[in-house]
Amino acid sequence: MMQSKGQAEKGSVVLSLENITKRFGSLVANDDLSLSLNRGEILALLGENGAGKTTLMNILFGHYVPEEGTICVADDAGVLHELPKGSPSAALDAGVGMVHQHFTLAENLTGFDNIVLGTESLWQVWRSRAALRGRIEAIMQESGLTVDLDVKTAQLSVGEKQRIEILKALYRDVRVLILDEPTAVLTPQEADGLFVVLRRLAAKGLGVIFISHKLGEVLAVSHRIAVLRGGKKAGELITADADKRAIADMMVGRAVPPLQRNPSQVGSIILEFDRVSLKRGSMRQSLNDVSFAVKAGEIVGLAGVSGNGQSAIAALISGLETVDTGSVRLYGEPMKTNDPRALVAAGVARMPEDRQHDGVVGSMSVAENIAIEDLHSKEFQTAGFINRKAMRERADHGIKAYDIRCQGPDAQARLLSGGNIQKLILARVLERSPKVILANQPTRGLDIGAQSEVHQRILAARDRGAGVLLISEDLDELFALSDRLLVVHTGEVTDAGAVEGLDRGSVGMMMAGHSAHAAGEGRI
Amino acid sequence: MEILDILLTVNFWAAAIRIATPLIFGVLGALMCERAGVLNLGIEGIFTAGAMAGWMAVWLGCGLWTGVLVAALAGAIFGLLHAILTVVLGLSQHVSGIGITLLATSLGYFTYRTALPNVSTPPRIIPFQPLDIPVLSDIPFIGPVLFQQTALTLLAFILVGLVAWLLYRTPLGLALRAVGDNPSSIEAQGLSVRGLRIGAVVAGSSLMALGGAFLTMSAFDAFFFGMVNGRGWICIALVVFASWQPGKALLGALLFGAFDAFQIRLQTEVGAFVPGQVFLMMPYLLSILALILVARKADYPRSLLVPWFKGQR
Ligand SMILES: Nc1ncnc2c1ncn2[C@@H]1O[C@H](COP(=O)(O)OP(=O)(O)OP(=O)(O)O)[C@@H](O)[C@H]1O
Ligand SMILES: [Mg+2]
Repeated sequence: MMQSKGQAEKGSVVLSLENITKRFGSLVANDDLSLSLNRGEILALLGENGAGKTTLMNILFGHYVPEEGTICVADDAGVLHELPKGSPSAALDAGVGMVHQHFTLAENLTGFDNIVLGTESLWQVWRSRAALRGRIEAIMQESGLTVDLDVKTAQLSVGEKQRIEILKALYRDVRVLILDEPTAVLTPQEADGLFVVLRRLAAKGLGVIFISHKLGEVLAVSHRIAVLRGGKKAGELITADADKRAIADMMVGRAVPPLQRNPSQVGSIILEFDRVSLKRGSMRQSLNDVSFAVKAGEIVGLAGVSGNGQSAIAALISGLETVDTGSVRLYGEPMKTNDPRALVAAGVARMPEDRQHDGVVGSMSVAENIAIEDLHSKEFQTAGFINRKAMRERADHGIKAYDIRCQGPDAQARLLSGGNIQKLILARVLERSPKVILANQPTRGLDIGAQSEVHQRILAARDRGAGVLLISEDLDELFALSDRLLVVHTGEVTDAGAVEGLDRGSVGMMMAGHSAHAAGEGRI
Repeated sequence: MEILDILLTVNFWAAAIRIATPLIFGVLGALMCERAGVLNLGIEGIFTAGAMAGWMAVWLGCGLWTGVLVAALAGAIFGLLHAILTVVLGLSQHVSGIGITLLATSLGYFTYRTALPNVSTPPRIIPFQPLDIPVLSDIPFIGPVLFQQTALTLLAFILVGLVAWLLYRTPLGLALRAVGDNPSSIEAQGLSVRGLRIGAVVAGSSLMALGGAFLTMSAFDAFFFGMVNGRGWICIALVVFASWQPGKALLGALLFGAFDAFQIRLQTEVGAFVPGQVFLMMPYLLSILALILVARKADYPRSLLVPWFKGQR
């Protein structure tokens, strides 16, 4: 099924990139980069947000045409052939498969159709769905990445879309597999499943390039590590000889400071869910009699496997949904849940889970995107006209303070790298000194430097007296930031209590649906 | 005659289908273009060009079916022009489409006038005749309504099935649906976004031109100025009504045809009391109402109107 092509010897070069240079206007995204990959090898590609990782992979796959450089891929016999530039079909034919950081899925099609798209001859007058389906199901079984193939992609969660994107690449018979941050939106369990597959593929002779910001998994799964910085290669390491410090040094050129945590000064309740129920179509998206409260000056972590009701809770706080029964109270007042603008004015900061889709307007500039929630405020308006100067000032400040790597406040938001879009959103919502912060996967896709930066800012906001609801699948993050943990499972929320009294094992049990009592054994 | 009795006559339903036929061609063509992500407002002009070219070919001595081919070819040429402007150069689809309508309409009239400078009554051709299919045409009611139409009407119905089959049952149709939703999905699978879009616009435009050809070669037997009379625009609205689905497109076209046929008959019944313009307005008014009810839930192809360039993020 998922075997590599060819009989060439293991360890021989399967892919070589030489002297690749790519410019976007004045920005040099890849600067004379060279990289090679062996058969059976898992190479981790690391670097800060905007270092040029995605750009390099897009060149390899033919989305971008480089200004200079050559790309060679080995054939079955192990002989390297130069790949024509800018041709994804040539890359696919040569056996290069890619899992894109920004999903390339047609949302009006089902998962099944997205996977088989383009794999059959276009001039066939019918489609042999049954046979193709069997093949996909076998791959799902083998990889543990299961997803409902018959649901329209638009209705899937981010995690499910990511699984489809991976299945799409595995479905093709590839000898080089590129995965651009595949684990950013997967649960730890799913990520582990993926690693098992990757190791097995590598053992069969595939070459794998794996991009991630999670150093733990990089150390666990890769054989070799290449680090990019500012479009140049900062160095290479053999994973066996590397540790987090060494990698971090190479990535950012400095050590990442440990988190500073002050004891919390808890105030009154500012956000409260009171017996909230919400039913929306599929069972997984609904909430069932959910009650919890967030007080000023505390960070409440919401742990849970994605798809158990987190998005419903987030949608309620963001003003995008209304409750069926029960109430959501903000500063003690029942919230008019379908009025996002009033919410923002009341000091609610929202970080959407799907930042590409819900977080930015891609065709608008960085400055406009930073100011967008505040456009009607005095700060950005004079006599009904937008005050561009004030907008640019805010943007300049945000770009500096949050280290958004872009060509300037006028750059279109869609040109930013994934991590930098996330920083843009943070600059938008955190600069307004919000009182309630909905931090939905706040560090997803951020590099380690930016991650600790964000953590520090969330802690600072809490010390300033803001109440934070932190939704995350990353237990490390939850334990590092939260004062108190909630666990959500199939739409029901349980209070797990103060973080000090908890261990990961018991929280993991509760995430899997065991009651607090049964998990109680695990408590210290 | 009682007003509702109109609905039970063979005559009424046969007329409804006749009126619907050019719309079926047009709406299928518009649907093809839009499924691929390109709005083709050239439709009104392409109708005129198809009507002119098909009729002219026959008038010059070609056979009827050759005329149909010539009309399709004329549509394809204007489609190619629209595709080059919008898909290759990425210009505004609205501007290009309206430009094509103006160009194709004027070019149609111009050619007609240059070829026939001195005629006062439009010359006639012998158009397609109603079919007489052995057993089928003899079925009571259904026979005369469905099977005593001309071959072009039958072709329109067959095309609905073919387009539906293409879209939902073939890999090419899958790619068409994908390219109108997210062109990156097509590029990432090694297919050509441009190729698919150009192909869809060219093919769709030929279908539109057949709608025009039906007017001069089946519904009437000559070419008049202003004979297309907004049928192209109606098709653009019908695509939305149909949610970009061929089956619903057929339904929409038939509904419109029925409104129009009903309106004509109603005029003779109660025309003495109500001004004629009210009747002329009726099908359009009902179309707007139908759109209001349906279009709010319409699932637009997500990349409709959005140009795509390689290497763009
Ligand atoms: N099509 C484009 N036009 C203009 N600039 C671009 C384009 N594509 C990428 N860039 C710029 O190139 C730089 C590198 O981006 P890239 O996406 O490769 O970063 P990355 O290393 O993948 O970062 P992340 O970890 O955040 O995904 C960024 O500054 C980005 O803004
Ligand atoms: Mg990237």
